[in-house]
Amino acid sequence: MYSLLAVVIPYWGQSLLRVLGGLVAVLLPAGTIVYVFLFKMMSFMQSRLGPMEAGPYGSMQLFAEVGKWLQKEDIQPHNADKRIFRMAPIIVLMSTFLLVAVVPFGPDAWFTNFETGVFYALAVSSISVLGILMAGWSSANKYSLLGGLRAAGQLIAYELPMVLAVMGVVIQAGTMNLQQIVLAQNAGSIFGTDIVGNPYVLTQFVGFVVFMIAVQAELTQAPFDMPIAESELVSGYMTEYSGFRFLIFFIGEFATAGVFAMIASTLFLGGWGVPFSWFGWTSMDSVANWMNVAGPLIVFTKMMVLVFLIMWIRFSYPRFREDQLQRFAWKVLIPISLANIMVTAVLKVAF
Amino acid sequence: MTILNDPVSAKLGDRAQLSYITSQAADARLNVELETEGMTLNIGPQNPATHGTLRIIARLDGEQVLWAEPSCGYMHRGYEKLTEVRSFPQVTSLINRIDWLGSFANEVPFILAAEKLMGVEAPPRAQWIRTILFELSRIANVSLFLGDLGVQLGAITPVFMAFRDREYVLNLIESATGGRFHPNFDRIGGLKDDLPAGWIDETKSVMKKLRNFCDEIESLLFGNEIFQSRTRGIGVIPRDVAMQYGLSGANLRASGVDWDLRRDQDSPMAWNKVDFKVWTHPDGDSFARCWVRLQETREATKIVDQLLDGIPAGPVMAKVPKIIKVPEGEAWVSTENPLGEMGYYVVSRGDSGPFRVKIRSASFNNISITPWLLRGVYVPDIITILASLYFILGDIDR
Repeated sequence: MYSLLAVVIPYWGQSLLRVLGGLVAVLLPAGTIVYVFLFKMMSFMQSRLGPMEAGPYGSMQLFAEVGKWLQKEDIQPHNADKRIFRMAPIIVLMSTFLLVAVVPFGPDAWFTNFETGVFYALAVSSISVLGILMAGWSSANKYSLLGGLRAAGQLIAYELPMVLAVMGVVIQAGTMNLQQIVLAQNAGSIFGTDIVGNPYVLTQFVGFVVFMIAVQAELTQAPFDMPIAESELVSGYMTEYSGFRFLIFFIGEFATAGVFAMIASTLFLGGWGVPFSWFGWTSMDSVANWMNVAGPLIVFTKMMVLVFLIMWIRFSYPRFREDQLQRFAWKVLIPISLANIMVTAVLKVAF
Repeated sequence: MTILNDPVSAKLGDRAQLSYITSQAADARLNVELETEGMTLNIGPQNPATHGTLRIIARLDGEQVLWAEPSCGYMHRGYEKLTEVRSFPQVTSLINRIDWLGSFANEVPFILAAEKLMGVEAPPRAQWIRTILFELSRIANVSLFLGDLGVQLGAITPVFMAFRDREYVLNLIESATGGRFHPNFDRIGGLKDDLPAGWIDETKSVMKKLRNFCDEIESLLFGNEIFQSRTRGIGVIPRDVAMQYGLSGANLRASGVDWDLRRDQDSPMAWNKVDFKVWTHPDGDSFARCWVRLQETREATKIVDQLLDGIPAGPVMAKVPKIIKVPEGEAWVSTENPLGEMGYYVVSRGDSGPFRVKIRSASFNNISITPWLLRGVYVPDIITILASLYFILGDIDR
């Protein structure tokens, strides 16, 4: 970002740009996902049209919804632990903002370039568990409590297959830096063929599937939406929230879906890059400067594809029961991802 | 001093023994502090799972139900008492609202009971149309169940398909009777009107759509592994228990009891003119109940098709006096309604209205098994079991 468009930006300017960029990188995908998938795709799957009145094809519906939520009364239950109750949604959203900080969007367009980016991403993604647990406990509502405890059990259980699935990528790339992982995928080759580079979705397919299932569970989307389970727990840990606080939970849910999809596209689909062989690039330094502009769009496109998968499953599957969900994590996903790590390690040494 | 006699502590020295005892005491204190107590959870009367105002009081240990009890009556409308101050033709508009998803089927047993008391028999054409409308209301009712089943288990799409295809059936009922939800079409001695022109062809094409809908639901929901793991082996009702609790309809047939009033009783309706299969399932679990209902919807479309082919000509109303006075007597008529056996015990004292009416509605008996069935299941299974037992609140509370 130092030499973006050949203008030297002072340090404070860089910081400001990063903060604004973080807001855009979280809120823009969240809004797009809600409109494209939640409003429109779900409606088309269910043989209806969705919002049509606000703006062309209901495209302004989102602003109307936000306006509605801002006007609503902020209700706090009498017996609630008020401070924790108010803090919970912010903590959930905070983990999303922390997560987006390590996603690279171009050769120079990144917020932070950690050497241990993967490690950091997986660590901060579990902060949202705290917020959910706080929301469930402080609401003074039995449904919320059940929902919060279910969420905590589920998120901790699915953290593990997620970490283990990423291990395969880390072994193959030989680095935990997300920027280097992007480089390794786009500059790599499969058996000497570098026409598509080496996106790890091909070589780490098992890891990709396990990772996406774990993401689905981390986002508490169906079929893993037992913590929300609107047919039994009303709305789980969100039951007592209204108005703006509910909106924060809502943004958090879909922004996290977007950010997780960005991480997944960085780890498995080549992130911001295109196969370097197309333009004759060989290393990070030789990448053209315009990739700083095209990169975010490429990440965004790949994110939309992955979110489409997540939402497609969400809209058509019934939900697991809590014990079945745990059994699935511990008895199926974790052994599979462990085996995947072993095979990857052996092949890494062999080739 | 059980701790000192403990074989582990006996081998230790004095200091080690002291620390061992201290640690044991700390453990014991922790166990006392962490001792959990149960939680009473009110599911309903305003919970989305109970589609209406049924309240389930559940005592929970964690996610497990220790005992649960249904508490009904939040929507009691006193129809049995109200019928005593209405004339016979007026009663049908009340009893339409009992099972509001298959309204026409509620009218039929009452009208049959009144006809039995008066000694009137509706002409054959009226009986055939009655049977067709009865089966259409069964389809309208059970197809919504098939969609709602998905939403109860977390799949949000099937319910919209159910509403979409149920709409065709409601349009048929509306064009024949004038009422979408509450036809109020059945009269003592026949029907209000004949069928409109073109209705028969229209109905045949709709029945095809409904069979497609059944296939769609079967592949989308019944073939899904998660759906199967959520319903198979959950809420098993053995054959004898089902009979002891007086279950009826698909709930009883899913427990392996081959009992269907349409086939097993002598009725003036046209069911004995067509051949259809009564589906049963040996398992008695939630999956069996859902599966039997799915097959029954298919079977109902076939019954309608057969009846449409052989519908006789003639009048739709027998000769009955303008002002209906039902002679003194008592009559009990029950039919196989969408939810199970529904019957009316009508007592007449020779007035224009009934002296007393006892309504036997299927859902009230069907949910009486819930305390037995819900003991020891997990909280999500409560929803599965309630959804698969399939009740309509109006049918419980009347």
